[in-house]
Amino acid sequence: MTIGLGHYLFVAAVLFTMGILGIFLNRKNVIVILMCVELMLLAVNINLVAFSVFQGNIVGQVFAMLVLTVAAAEAAIGLAILVVYFRNRGTIEVEDINAMKG
Amino acid sequence: MLLQALAFYVFAFVVMASAAMVVVSRNPVYSVLFLILAFFNAAALFVLIGAEFIAMILVIVYVGAVAVLFLFVVMMLDINLTQLREGFLKYLPVGALIGVVLLAEILLALGVIGGDSTSLTALAKAGPQVQAVDNTRAIGRVLYTQYFYLFQVAGVVLLVAMIGAIVLTLRSRPGVRRQRISDQLYRPKDQAVTVVKVPSGEGVR
Repeated sequence: MTIGLGHYLFVAAVLFTMGILGIFLNRKNVIVILMCVELMLLAVNINLVAFSVFQGNIVGQVFAMLVLTVAAAEAAIGLAILVVYFRNRGTIEVEDINAMKG
Repeated sequence: MLLQALAFYVFAFVVMASAAMVVVSRNPVYSVLFLILAFFNAAALFVLIGAEFIAMILVIVYVGAVAVLFLFVVMMLDINLTQLREGFLKYLPVGALIGVVLLAEILLALGVIGGDSTSLTALAKAGPQVQAVDNTRAIGRVLYTQYFYLFQVAGVVLLVAMIGAIVLTLRSRPGVRRQRISDQLYRPKDQAVTVVKVPSGEGVR
């Protein structure tokens, strides 16, 4: 009944899939999409830390910290863009975001 | 060992369940709260595996900063909830299908299910190794020497994010009355004070 690397990888895989599922399901709500991106980054962190611990190499945890930094920056910028967008348009529906018409 | 396995299963279940609740929750405020629960339990998983520093950083950064930021924005924006929920059921079949396929692919590729898990056991060399120094000290020894430039780049990323968020959300609205202290202080006496001669018995008109 030992908890091995596979258990942690399973949890991370489920979390990552949950994030992708959330992006598919909440096609309209940008806030929930950002939260799902955070979930996916958390899954990546779990993978990094699990490999780092089970291989006895501390570098993985250093990388996990850097991923955390990027996640925090991404959340701050994303929410700032969201606030500005809501101020200009009065809605945050994804389908209304077509001003650039790529 | 049994207790550790039990704790792992409890924390892992709560992480996965709260992640599911983040996705399917009707109200974004509940989504944020379940996100906080997921972060706490992921931190508990990290503590269980012996990565205490990352666990504490996770609680401080994610719960203390990111989740509170999300909560703030969710509560500040006046969102039409029913409008945002449209299409949830429409996308559910294809989303669930893609999710299941992706999960199966990841797990098969890792060898967690099906197949042989020899590659995994080969990857995990000798199980969790007991470190000579504690976790925080070990991270510091690597982070401040070998990866020092990476550490500084992380700081620059945070600085750019901070400046970007401030610049994006700062606005100067016209027509807002503010107190301008220097104007008040430099106001000359003849603009501020009027001397009125009051005739006795009549009062001020």
